[in-house]
Amino acid sequence: MGPTNINDPEYFHKVVDCQYACPAHTPVPEYIRFIAQKEYTKAYMINWESNVFPGILGRTCDRPCEPACRRGRVEEEPVAICRLKRVAADNKGAVKHLMPDIPKKKNGKKIALIGGGPASLTVARDLAPLGYEMDLYDEWSGGGGMMRTQIPAFRLPIEVLEEEVNYILDMGINTHFNHYVESMRDVLEKDYDAIFVGTGAPKGRNLNIPGREEGEANIHIGIKWLAGVAFEHIKSVGKKVIVLGGGNTAMDCCRTSKRIGGEQVTVVVRSPFKTMKASPWEIEDAMAEDIPILNNMPPKEFVVENGKLKGVIFSKVRAEYDENGKRSLIPTGEADEFIEADDVIIAIGQDNAFPWIERDLGLEFGKWDLPVLDQTTFQSTLPNVFFGGDSAFGPENVITAVAHGHQAAISMDLFLRGENTNNRPAPMTNLISQKMGIHEWMYDSPVVDDLRYKVPHQDKKISLKDRKVEVELGFDETLGFKEAQRCLNCDVQTVFNTSRCIECDACMDICPTSCITFTANGEEEELRQRLIAPALNTTQDLYISEKLPTSRVMVKDEDVCLHCGLCAERCPTAAWDMQQYFYNVTKASSGCLVKEE
Amino acid sequence: MSYIKPTFVHPQAPRNEVGYLKRDYEGKISTLCAGCGHDSISAAIVQACFEMNIEPHHLAKLSGIGCSSKTPTYFLSNSHGFNSVHGRMPSIATGANLANKELIYLGVSGDGDTASIGMGQFVHVIRRNVNMTYIVMNNGCYGLTKGQDSATADKGSISKPSREATPYEAIDLVGLALELNASFVARSFSGDKSQLIPLLKAAMSHKGFAFIDIISPCVTFNNNKGSTKSYDYVREHISITGAMDYVPEEKAIEVEYAEGSQKDIELFGHSVVHLEKLAPNWNPTDKQSAIDKLQATKRNGQILTGLLYVNPNPRDLHQINHTVDIPLNKLTENHLYPGDGELDKINEGMR
Ligand SMILES: Cc1cc2nc3c(=O)[nH]c(=O)nc-3n(C[C@H](O)[C@H](O)[C@H](O)COP(=O)(O)OP(=O)(O)OC[C@H]3O[C@@H](n4cnc5c(N)ncnc54)[C@H](O)[C@@H]3O)c2cc1C
Ligand SMILES: Cc1ncc(C[n+]2csc(CCOP(=O)(O)OP(=O)(O)O)c2C)c(N)n1
Ligand code: SF4
Ligand code: SF4
Ligand code: SF4
Ligand SMILES: [Mg+2]
Repeated sequence: MGPTNINDPEYFHKVVDCQYACPAHTPVPEYIRFIAQKEYTKAYMINWESNVFPGILGRTCDRPCEPACRRGRVEEEPVAICRLKRVAADNKGAVKHLMPDIPKKKNGKKIALIGGGPASLTVARDLAPLGYEMDLYDEWSGGGGMMRTQIPAFRLPIEVLEEEVNYILDMGINTHFNHYVESMRDVLEKDYDAIFVGTGAPKGRNLNIPGREEGEANIHIGIKWLAGVAFEHIKSVGKKVIVLGGGNTAMDCCRTSKRIGGEQVTVVVRSPFKTMKASPWEIEDAMAEDIPILNNMPPKEFVVENGKLKGVIFSKVRAEYDENGKRSLIPTGEADEFIEADDVIIAIGQDNAFPWIERDLGLEFGKWDLPVLDQTTFQSTLPNVFFGGDSAFGPENVITAVAHGHQAAISMDLFLRGENTNNRPAPMTNLISQKMGIHEWMYDSPVVDDLRYKVPHQDKKISLKDRKVEVELGFDETLGFKEAQRCLNCDVQTVFNTSRCIECDACMDICPTSCITFTANGEEEELRQRLIAPALNTTQDLYISEKLPTSRVMVKDEDVCLHCGLCAERCPTAAWDMQQYFYNVTKASSGCLVKEE
Repeated sequence: MSYIKPTFVHPQAPRNEVGYLKRDYEGKISTLCAGCGHDSISAAIVQACFEMNIEPHHLAKLSGIGCSSKTPTYFLSNSHGFNSVHGRMPSIATGANLANKELIYLGVSGDGDTASIGMGQFVHVIRRNVNMTYIVMNNGCYGLTKGQDSATADKGSISKPSREATPYEAIDLVGLALELNASFVARSFSGDKSQLIPLLKAAMSHKGFAFIDIISPCVTFNNNKGSTKSYDYVREHISITGAMDYVPEEKAIEVEYAEGSQKDIELFGHSVVHLEKLAPNWNPTDKQSAIDKLQATKRNGQILTGLLYVNPNPRDLHQINHTVDIPLNKLTENHLYPGDGELDKINEGMR
């Protein structure tokens, strides 16, 4: 293998597993260190720059960073990255003065943002400091999109939502709430220089089985029902509730039911429990509220008597997989099961819907009725119309909507300045030695053994009574510190300087996780096998030095490096150095986003 | 500065046949200078013991004084240990071995500890053929006391503190060991684990006195230009008796190699030292050929490493003295006091 090019900004970025996995590439270890130092405001602002909604995401993020976290590979569980974000948000000081000034004099270009969810709000935040004038339209009475209409208050208090949404709306965005945009043609005819569509995936799937129409009064579509509860059009539900579906929406529906009158709430999924789509922690929380989840039971019929819903009949199946792993649900032959219900909530998925976009505008739609978009620039086939969030490629989550928003904002800014939207700005990177003395580092290098700490919960007796009582209490400062200490500082890179190495083996001998081998070079596949600990996780790179005087090379498997710095401490010639790598995705307004304190 | 090693190990780290991780054979984090050859030797000892499936409590590590003699703190934390006074490790080892012959004895010494203050003890432990592995971490200086030239510093070699060539002849510990009929003699280099680990395994399996002189650069005082014990000098002047491999008892299966270029030597039990690509005119079981080879390489300014000589059937201290089969520390009053009847018999014989 050739020597590793550590000047490629993606090489060390990939070593920071959490940041790499985060759609918005939040500099995770950097903010975790700030939390450990009680620098909550700094930790908050790093997050705010990258992911715009630290307080919201610190409670609700889908956390793709956590399954990626290195700690999960060397120990049982990842660092509670997401809940640490909340510690920063809960304990921060004043932040508004650190946010960018919005030019009084606008730059003359006008933008329409359709939909008020996280994607549109991110575009607004990134472009407002550049002097764009923006009109935001949303059908509901306030901003936030599904963060407001769908995510229940017991997971995300309204004050937390409003605080972070308002930071953006206060940047001089012209809001048009309670305004459903009926026609794209009309919008195009107005004086907007560019249009961003962030309307989400607003259509809940229906279930057409016998009895559906007859039972209509007590059969609800999950996302519509949750919005109804959020806006208090719906204040109660029957005592016996069945929730159909195994995703996060189903979990929110059943837990909400428990809080507004449901006594016997049951979730029924058609396939096996272990293939449920909901996040494991959402399932865990629902079960902790004594909500049974029945599996392998597809609904067959709504039973309606005298115009009144009585319950649902389910058949019984088991899952079988063919050699390609394709699943089929085979009837077990057992008798069908009838479950009584006063109300049934259907939460079996969402679809995109653009009934308001006319199809003769030159804006093309492709597969699944999704707009045809450039995957990087988010530009549609109408050059002044951009998409992002769930409306772009189908339903995802808040952090993905934010990441899309950043990229769309860059594209729109380039477009409006007459530049090529493919001229993407490079990330901002920096590599700083952590050396303070002979064996002293600027970061806290020792690795602690602590297992993941659990976030304390509100007493069930209290939280089940009121849908607005937040279930998770968050880590306090002490727990937050302890959890922060579990972070391995994966951004503090082991940087190797071939010309200094005298091949004494000290680094190889000390490494607690056997990452380093000095050996003859070879082809990657074969080389991976003959390292002192075979490098079997091929998703992680090998760091290869130039040729050493003995003709060997240094090979470091990045997979389970603890970033403990021992290799560098035991190196007599400082051929290894621990250097902090800062990687930041460039935003449209980078440079003026966060002010120095 | 880190004083504690993280407890995490590689998630796929293997366990050996007695159920231990390599980590279980390690010790505290070394306080020696970063890059010291002695640390590499410690790592080789850890690896060798792990691979040999030694149960840590079946081994005793003994040492004298010096940086080298400090290393037992940095390996085999779960084994027995004795840090003796300067140069006196051989008598402690002899005593311990006499008392309990069932343990594996690993003596760790330095060139100062052995070739100066401990020379008297060294020659006698060889003469007695105590069943132990005796390693000298040889850096040509007194590392612990700031690098004064030791008795193994080659004539003409320059160290950092002395700044001038050593005027005295060097003591070659390997030559001395051969002269005194040590039953296993080897030399190696801390920077060559592929040779050192099998040598350590063979030495620890050998039932008799096994000596390994390991050249081990002192990065701080003797790794400079002009030194004959620096990493660079040793790498440039090394000569190897042959590629070697240690095959434990259970795995010693016959393998065919080309005539003249390989040799298998059976050690105690049925473990085998397998040697390949042998140096010409050298037979590791023939002492004279080892001495000749050693002299010849020295004349060429080369450093001969590898297994130099082995006597596959030595008689150790216990055999020489016809001690009883039961280890002396396990003898009970019943063993030692034969009873009145025996005494009567003896008295009867005196009449
Ligand atoms: C029940 C539920 C729970 C969820 N929980 C989480 C969670 O915990 N964590 C997480 O990360 N994600 C969660 N999600 C997903 C997440 O909410 C979305 O992925 C995210 O909000 C998408 O953001 P967006 O900006 O693309 O659009 P949205 O948030 O969907 O916002 C779009 C807005 O545009 C409005 N709109 C649509 N069409 C028009 C129009 N023509 N005119 C005017 N306004 C219009 C919509 O009403 C909506 O207010 C959840 C989703 C659901 C359904
Ligand atoms: C009786 C006695 N004399 C002298 C000393 C001082 N002293 C300590 S270590 C040492 C030399 C050690 O040299 P070596 O055995 O080569 O070990 P190294 O540090 O080089 O590994 C000396 C002379 C002592 N500790 N005890
Ligand atoms: S240990 Fe810390 S830096 Fe490393 S992946 Fe996990 S959270 Fe990120
Ligand atoms: S920092 Fe160095 S010693 Fe520590 S785990 Fe990584 S490679 Fe090994
Ligand atoms: S410790 Fe330093 S000098 Fe020694 S082998 Fe490692 S990188 Fe090279
Ligand atoms: Mg010495």
